[in-house]
Amino acid sequence: MPEIIKRKKALSVSPLKASSTVGAALAFLGFNRAIPMLHGSQGCSAFGKILFVRHFREPIPLQTTAIDQVSAVMGSQDMVIEGLKTLCDKNKPDLIGLPTTGLVEMQGADIKMAVRVFRQTYPQYDAIPIVPVSTPDFVGSMESGYAEATLAIIETLVPTAEEAGTQPGRRRRQVNVLAGSHLTPGDLEHLKDLIELFGLRPVVLPDLSDSLDGHLPEADYSALTIGGALVSELATLGDALATLVIGGSMNLAADALKARTGVPDHRFAHLMGLEAVDALVATLAEIAEAPVPARIERQRAQLQDAMLDSHFMLGMARLAIAADPDLLVGLTQMLAGVGAETVVAVAPINAPGLADAVCDQVKIGDLEDLEIGARANRAELLITNSHGVHTAQRLGIPLLRAGFPQYDLVGGYSRTWIGYLGTRATLFDLANLLLSLEKGEIHPYRSPLKQWPANERGKDVKHAA
Amino acid sequence: MKQKDITALLDEPACAHNTKAKSGCAKPKPGATAGGCAFDGAQIALLPIADVAHIVHGSIACAGNSWDNRGARSTGPALYKIGMTTDLTEQDVIMGRGEKRLFHSIKQAIESYQPAAVFVYNTCVPALTGDDIKAVCKEAQARWGTPVVPVDAAGFYGTKNLGNRIAGETMVRHVCGGREPDPLPEGIERDGVKVHDICLVGEYNIAGELWRVMPLFDELGLRVLCSLSGDARFREVQTMHRSEVNMMVCSKAMINVARKLKDAFGTPWFEGSFYGVADVSQALRDFARLIDDPDLTARAETLIAREEARIHEALEPWRQRLKGRKVLLYTGGVKSWSVISALQDLGMTVVATGTRKSTEEDKARIRELMGEDAVMLDEGNPRVLIDMVRNQGVDVLIAGGRNLYTALKARIPFLDINQEREFGYAGYEGMLELARQLCLTIESPIWEAVRRPAPWARAAVASDPSNESSPADPVETPSPALEARHA
Repeated sequence: MPEIIKRKKALSVSPLKASSTVGAALAFLGFNRAIPMLHGSQGCSAFGKILFVRHFREPIPLQTTAIDQVSAVMGSQDMVIEGLKTLCDKNKPDLIGLPTTGLVEMQGADIKMAVRVFRQTYPQYDAIPIVPVSTPDFVGSMESGYAEATLAIIETLVPTAEEAGTQPGRRRRQVNVLAGSHLTPGDLEHLKDLIELFGLRPVVLPDLSDSLDGHLPEADYSALTIGGALVSELATLGDALATLVIGGSMNLAADALKARTGVPDHRFAHLMGLEAVDALVATLAEIAEAPVPARIERQRAQLQDAMLDSHFMLGMARLAIAADPDLLVGLTQMLAGVGAETVVAVAPINAPGLADAVCDQVKIGDLEDLEIGARANRAELLITNSHGVHTAQRLGIPLLRAGFPQYDLVGGYSRTWIGYLGTRATLFDLANLLLSLEKGEIHPYRSPLKQWPANERGKDVKHAA
Repeated sequence: MKQKDITALLDEPACAHNTKAKSGCAKPKPGATAGGCAFDGAQIALLPIADVAHIVHGSIACAGNSWDNRGARSTGPALYKIGMTTDLTEQDVIMGRGEKRLFHSIKQAIESYQPAAVFVYNTCVPALTGDDIKAVCKEAQARWGTPVVPVDAAGFYGTKNLGNRIAGETMVRHVCGGREPDPLPEGIERDGVKVHDICLVGEYNIAGELWRVMPLFDELGLRVLCSLSGDARFREVQTMHRSEVNMMVCSKAMINVARKLKDAFGTPWFEGSFYGVADVSQALRDFARLIDDPDLTARAETLIAREEARIHEALEPWRQRLKGRKVLLYTGGVKSWSVISALQDLGMTVVATGTRKSTEEDKARIRELMGEDAVMLDEGNPRVLIDMVRNQGVDVLIAGGRNLYTALKARIPFLDINQEREFGYAGYEGMLELARQLCLTIESPIWEAVRRPAPWARAAVASDPSNESSPADPVETPSPALEARHA
C-alpha cells in the first residue's frame, strides 16, 4: 500500500486538477438529449466548454445561470429558475443537469430548493427531469464530480424496486454498467462489444461512447447532446440481471443503485492488464451462463503474446504518472503486471482507491510535483494529460498522453485502453516509446592502439549512434 | 471591486457603445449565455506578458480548467505558459485561510521562478469571502521586492469585455510609468532616420502573427516600446507612457488604456487592424501621420508601395481560386469590418457579417465596405448561421473557435478567426496564410464525401423523411442476430 503524501505547498503549479463541476457536467453529457447548466458565473461554463471542445472536438451543450454582481450578493435562486425556464422553453431536453460551482456554494445557494420552486412555479415542465448536484470546485476533482453527478442521477431518476415494481433479472439479457470517468468513449465502445459478445445487452451510465464518440449525425444542428444513455431506460435498471461497476470512484453511486433496485453488482477498480480483464470476462461468462467466445479467447492470447514481446522494453522501466485516482490505480497495476515500475505517482485528490496503487508513494499534487519527482527518481517516461507536454520537454523524456484533457492530438478520446485489446495497444506504445530512448546503448570507444586505416586515423569518426 | 468602480469602467467615453441602449457590455441571460467572465477577459488581456508569474487566486476551476489554452507566443520566456493557482480547498474557504495561502503562494512563485513581476488575479470565491488581495499584494511586494500587481476581476463582476478593461486599467494604474525606456542600442540608428517610439494595445501575438508585422516597424524605425500584451515583458509595459502614438489593434476591449494614456500623457491614438493589405498599409500611414515626421511618411509610402506590389503578385494565384466565393463572417466588434477588407482583397464576397459586439461606428464602416444592403447579424445562434449558409449559398463560415465544431457538424467549411486559432493572419504575409487556409477548407474533397449518404441508404433517404430523426433511437431488445445466437 503506497504512502499518501498530502499537499504541503501553497501554490499549485501546472495544475493537474480539472474541477468537480465540469466532471459533473461530463456525466450529464453521457445522456441523450441532455444539457448541463452550471450554476455559477458565465466563465465557469465558458472554460468548461472550451476544455471539452478541445478534448472531444465536438460541439458541447453547456449552459450557465450567469451569476452577476447583484445575484452573487443578493441570492441566485431567480437565476436558476429563469435559466431552467429558458432551457425548457427553447430546447425541451430529456435531462437538465444542474451542477453547482464554488461561487454559489460559497454564497450558500440551496440548489434543491431552487428546483422545487421552479417545479411549483412552472408545473408545465414537470415531464422534464432536472438533476441538481452539489459540486463546489473547492472540493474534489473531475473524477469525484462525475461520480457525484452519477449518484445524483440515480437518486433522482431511478425508481426503487417498490415504487416501480422492478425485479432483478426480469430483463434476462440486460446488464447495467456504471462507467467511471476514466473510461474514454473508445473504452466504452469496446466494453459494450465485449458484453454483447456474450449475448448480453449493456445499458451504460453515463454513456459517452454514444454522445461524444465523434460521429456525424444526420441532423445538422442540435442544442442538446446527440446521443448517450436514454433517460427513459433509467426506469428499467431494476429489471437488469446484474450491474458492472468500473472504477473505485463509482462505489457510492453503485451502493445507491443496488439499494434502490436490488440488482447484484460486480465491481472492478479498472479494466487494464491481464488480471483485471480476466476478472471481467469470467464475470460476464458467469452472468451470461455462457462459454467465453472464441474471439475473446483470441484477444487474450494476443495480449499474452504482446506481454512476451514487450517485456524486454518494459521490464524495470521507470515511469512517472499523473492522473485522476482511478486511472492512476489502473495504470500502476497494469504496469506492475509487466514488470515496469511506477517511480512517481501524482493524483490531484486523495481517494480511498489510491490504496491499491502499486508504487511506494502517491503525491497529492500537480504537474510540478510530477516533474520534480520524475527528475529525482530518474523516470524514463511520463504518462499524463496534454498539459504534460511542457513537462516532458523540460525533462527530455517521452510522454504518453492519458486522461483529461488531451487537446494537442486528434482522437485521444477514442483510444481504447481497456480489455485485452486496449492493454495490448498500450503495451506496444509504451514499448515503442522506450525503444526510442536507446536504453543500454554503448557508445563507441576509440582505442588509440587500434590499427586504424589511414582515412580513419586521428579523426573523430561519427558513428551512427 | 466595488459596484461604482465597475460602473465607472463600463462608462467608457471613447467607446461608441456608450451612447447606445444595447451595449456590448449588456447583462447576460441565464440559460442562454455564451462567452467568458470578467476573470477570463482579464486573463486573456494580460497572460501573454511572458516573464510574469500569473497567479490565479481561487478554487481550481478558474485556472485548472483554463490554463495554457491560448495561442499567444513568446520570443523567450515561457513562464506565462505555466499555470499557477492557489487552488483553494474547502478548509481554506471555511477557515478563512485564503489570504495566507495567497501570501505564501506569491513567495513560492518568486523563489521558484524569479519572475519579473507577479500578477494576482482575483476570482469569485475569494471575492465573495472578501480576501483583501490588494493588501496581500502590497505586503508581498514590500517583503520580497518583486512587483506584485493585483488584478481584481472576479468572474461575477461581469463579462469578458469588462475583464479586458479591468486588466487595462490595472496596467495603466499600477505598471505604466514604472520606468523610463532603455536608450536605443548603440549603432542601430541609420543616418537620417529618427527612431520613434510606439505602442500597440490589444495585440496578443496569436500564433506569432505579430512577428509578421514587427519587421515593417523595424524597417521604418518605429520602436514598439510595448505590445499589450503579445510577446511583452513586464519592463516593456512599464514604459508605455513614453509612446508617441498608440494603436488600438483590432479590438475595443482595452480602449480605456488608449484613452487613459492620452488623458495622462497626451499620447495620440488611433484604431486600426493588421488584417488585410489595405488595413496594414493604413495602420502604417496612421502612425506616420500622427508622428508627423515627413521623412517617416516618405519612407512609409515607399515601403507600402513595395510591399503591396509584392503581396499582390503573390496573392494573384490565390485570388483566382477564391474569386467570387461567398463568405459568412461571424465575429465580434472591430473584426466584423477589418476582416471584410481582407476577404475583399482576395476577391471574395462577404454575404453577411455578425455585429453582435459591433458599435454604430463599426456598422458604418461595414456599410462603407459592403454597401448599404449589407446583411448584419445581431444574433448568431448556430441555427441562424447554418440557415444563412444554406440560403445564401455560402462557401465558408468564418467565426470563432466556439462555432468550429458546430459548423463542421453541419458540414460547412470553416475558418477560425479567434484567440485559440493556430495560424497568424496579420500583416502582408498573413494574407498568404489566410488565403491558403481558406482554399484548404473550401476546396477540400471531404465535403462531397461527408454529405454523401451511404449507397444502400440513398433510396431510403429519398423516400422516407423520418430518416432525419436522431440516430440514437431506443433499442429495447438485443439485435435479432444476437438473440438467435444465444437462443
